Amino acid sequence: MAMNQQELVDTLSGLALFADLSRPQVEAVAHKMTEESHPTGHRILRQGFTGTGFYVIVDGEVAVRIDGSEIARLGKGDFFGEMSILLGEPPNADIVTTRQLRVLHLGGPELEGFLRDYPPVMLRMLKAMAMRLRNANRWRS
Amino acid sequence: MAELANRPFPPGDYPVVVVGSGPGGIQASYYLRHLGIKHAVISADPLPGGMFRRFPFFQRLLSWTKPYGPVPRDDPFYYWYDWNSMLAEEPQNRALMPDLMDGTSSFPSRPEMERNLATFVERTGLQIRFDTAWEGTSRDGERFVLHTADGDYRCHVAIFAVGVAQPFTPDTPGFDFASHYVDTRPAESYAGKRLFIVGKENSGFELATGLLQWAQRIVLASPRPAKLSINSHSLAGIRARYVLPVEDEILGGGVFFLNASIARIERMGNAYRIHCIKSDTSTEVAVDADEVIAATGFTCPLVDLQELGVEVFGRSQLPAMTNYWESATAPGIYFAGTIGQGVSGMKKYGFPANSGAVQGARYNARTMVQHVAQTHFGVGPSRSRVLPDSLVDLLLTEATRAPELWNQKSYLARAFSLDASEGILDNGIVPLAQFVDEEGPAGVAIAVETDDTGDIHPAVYIRETGKPAIETLLTSHSMHDFRTADNRIHLSEILRGATAGAVR
Repeated sequence: MAMNQQELVDTLSGLALFADLSRPQVEAVAHKMTEESHPTGHRILRQGFTGTGFYVIVDGEVAVRIDGSEIARLGKGDFFGEMSILLGEPPNADIVTTRQLRVLHLGGPELEGFLRDYPPVMLRMLKAMAMRLRNANRWRS
Repeated sequence: MAELANRPFPPGDYPVVVVGSGPGGIQASYYLRHLGIKHAVISADPLPGGMFRRFPFFQRLLSWTKPYGPVPRDDPFYYWYDWNSMLAEEPQNRALMPDLMDGTSSFPSRPEMERNLATFVERTGLQIRFDTAWEGTSRDGERFVLHTADGDYRCHVAIFAVGVAQPFTPDTPGFDFASHYVDTRPAESYAGKRLFIVGKENSGFELATGLLQWAQRIVLASPRPAKLSINSHSLAGIRARYVLPVEDEILGGGVFFLNASIARIERMGNAYRIHCIKSDTSTEVAVDADEVIAATGFTCPLVDLQELGVEVFGRSQLPAMTNYWESATAPGIYFAGTIGQGVSGMKKYGFPANSGAVQGARYNARTMVQHVAQTHFGVGPSRSRVLPDSLVDLLLTEATRAPELWNQKSYLARAFSLDASEGILDNGIVPLAQFVDEEGPAGVAIAVETDDTGDIHPAVYIRETGKPAIETLLTSHSMHDFRTADNRIHLSEILRGATAGAVR
């Protein structure tokens, strides 16, 4: 469902990634990032492709697939694309929509400046990535 | 009454109905007729031109037409130098824009652009039923019914090219004191005034540039800082033509940029006080102004399409669409013109396509109509066969010259199917995201792309049967001629390795 700007700001304020930002800061984030809609079955990130972006899921769900095999699902509040951008490498997975998806998008070249502008987001992202790493290690052991 | 009776497209049943007489509607109708698809075109306006009958207010368009390109004007490659003419298959109907310009600028004035569109309609003999506003929509079995004051139009496919044209104003308290961009008056009426413009995108900067010599002071406010196209390496951001207010702000010349959200607007006698909250510090700042102008954008005037299941998203209420600009949630409903910007495509390095402008939307419209003709009416493209020895040169020539690929970087691609029995067939221009993601027959597509350093280069996508495509970037060239020996060798190698005998 479509939401107006205030509803979008309300939604973003409720996401863990932006939970430590003030409302004016969240409003600025909502203006800096571009809202996109993708139908079911669309690839948002493509394994091995250059020039990827950073995405935050506002509504919907995606599958994470490596070489065609699904390894995880992501939903509202989850984000993806940052690993590839920060490492300067193409993504090692496809991100494919499993139902109609609404995301906020930030171009890859803008991510580093964005994180410097909003250190609380950087810290939240770091924690989320640490949890992913811990879970991956648990899975291996 | 006789005049009314002579108007084209009376209410009734049509295979396709196109709504709108701006560039999107005109281009869609032209290619529907070219492919022999019967259709009606209706428009609420009295004349062709769409948004260019009113906007932009000041100065000129943001899209160039360079009269003296390196190729003849009737050559399709000339369209890269002419972003404003409609596409045509007949050489005499191409590149109408340059002949209508007065020679003072490579950016046409609004009246010149309006004349360009009207001339195209006249010369190509396109029919449009004017003064016929689409007022509502319903379903009749598998058909759509478009309601107008003249009567109902029934169709299997509806194409809406109604622009992103409905003024949007936030519901922040006091915004009713603000006038919208669309209500801008003659420049001299702002003489000596303190202006507060909400919005730091091109419409806000268009007004600031046009009113620079008239206003006493101009404040531009929005939560995010202004982004300039010359820094973004794309058309995303404030165009170079509107950079003068940026320089005045830097020099302290009476222009101010405020990165802040608007909390409320109060009337203070004959003036207004705008209460803002700064985005970085969350502190409040109040600014007094004689006039508040909301350059806060537009939404899609989709009337009641949401009730038919068309899902919309974002501030502009754009419809959620497939790669072929069909509603993702209401099949059979398509969109042309600026609405096409709702299909984000690959968006490599964050660069959007130019679907919101004529130079991008005209190609989207052609590709969309070809898709409609094939999927709904069984009218397939005439696909020419390509000799294997000429494929490398053809691909690199496309990347070097094709305006579709240059105007819609990382978005539209020239595609060929590669088949051991059929050989190499030209599939024309396709949405790049569709090509790389559909697990179709073996094929190759070439696109032009820009990376984060601003480097422009070709990108080749090779798809083996039933598998997603693989990306290969070719190298750039100082004069943008990608037909280099290195690129030929590289391309030959990857084609040889990936094709099933269609290329030797």
